Amino acid sequence: MTDRKIVIPGEVIAKGDDYLPGEGTEKRNGEIFSIKFGLAEETNKLVKVIPLSGVYQPRRGNVVIGKVENVTFNGWVVDLKTADSAFLSIMEIPRYVDKEDLGSVMDIGDMLVAKIYSINKRGIDLTFKLKGLGKLEGGMIIHINPNKVPRVIGKEGSMVSLIKDETGCQITVGQNGFIWIKGNKIEDELFAKKAILYIAEHSLIHGLTDEMKNWFDKEKGK
Amino acid sequence: MTKDFKRPDGRKINELRKITAKVGVVPNADGSAMFAFGDTVAIAAVYGPKKMHPQHSQNPEKGTLRCSYNMLSFSVTERIRPGPSRRSMEISKVTEWALEPVVMIDDFKANVVDVHINILQANASTRCAGINAAAMALAHAGIPMKSLVTSVSIGKLDKQLVTDLIKEEEDWEEGEGPTDIPITLTGDGKISHIQLDGKIGRKQLEEAVELAREAGKQIHAAQEKALKEVGEKK
Repeated sequence: MTDRKIVIPGEVIAKGDDYLPGEGTEKRNGEIFSIKFGLAEETNKLVKVIPLSGVYQPRRGNVVIGKVENVTFNGWVVDLKTADSAFLSIMEIPRYVDKEDLGSVMDIGDMLVAKIYSINKRGIDLTFKLKGLGKLEGGMIIHINPNKVPRVIGKEGSMVSLIKDETGCQITVGQNGFIWIKGNKIEDELFAKKAILYIAEHSLIHGLTDEMKNWFDKEKGK
Repeated sequence: MTKDFKRPDGRKINELRKITAKVGVVPNADGSAMFAFGDTVAIAAVYGPKKMHPQHSQNPEKGTLRCSYNMLSFSVTERIRPGPSRRSMEISKVTEWALEPVVMIDDFKANVVDVHINILQANASTRCAGINAAAMALAHAGIPMKSLVTSVSIGKLDKQLVTDLIKEEEDWEEGEGPTDIPITLTGDGKISHIQLDGKIGRKQLEEAVELAREAGKQIHAAQEKALKEVGEKK
């Protein structure tokens, strides 16, 4: 992997036919242009731009955290802080649900973790049919810039497991920037929150996982 | 005549005022930027893409760009009445048209991208400063764009072309009087917006566009520097 470079819309990232335009880029007259403000990256001749800021763009397969906005006769309308509204149908709940009383399962204001299984013209469809998905009980929810979520998760979840180990909290990270933290004590939850906010602020440091190990040692030494 | 032409503030004929550009000035917005030509200061805040309200203005085929330009009541020496006016509505529309060729929001169906431009301090060229700020704010908000846009006002004072007008020059009284030509250029040098307030010959208009291209390079450099600075900080 080559060095990452910050690019602005309209900047030429690569020239020639050897390269393929990936996400956030466009090919015009044999040159690859960036169409977004972000970090340009090249892997196996595929050039892409990872956005640095902006609102969350929902994608199929993403695990997200949302809030129940409304209860209808066949499911729940969920607010994911996206432009399109999301819907969780009762068909997507892997257990028995009393159709007469959906509110008893999840009511307005409840938080949930779900997976996006399709995006269409009408909006986003959610599902619960996977391990770890469902209504969130207890704990706390924080929100960070969705573009920093990959850093909080780390390579193959290395960062999240580090925070989990160090604080003894259960943590679920939604791709839309919501993070659910649940620990035995409120102090543990606040400590985990502090760590996550530190990562969000220092997301451009190289070797952030190692940096966080030191950070935990220092914080615990206090 | 070109050589010994004197501008009120002593600038060269193709010299811009000092450009100040900053990105991320409004923490609550999805993207924001400040752009200043000397003491003309504009800030732009971008919100969205989000669902368009009211529902009847939704376009199910593609996304909408909605700009609003507003001059704050204290931005000029004589207090101006706050709120929308004929002039500000016109500039809002013109800003939208200047930016539309570069923003790629066709996929944001039934959604809207809101751009709010506020003029904090005005000394002519406010719409150009606003468009420059809006271009940076849109990029900062992660909106896909073909390129940034650069906007500058070219003036004709009597018979002399000058870059980046100030209020004093807009009220030029000698000879043929003042002509104000705000020009917005896309990254590939195409004109996305041109207005003309006054009279000018065809040959001289071409020269004016040439001056705008020259100034555009400096503006683009300032925009690029400001964006890359926030990128590194994060």
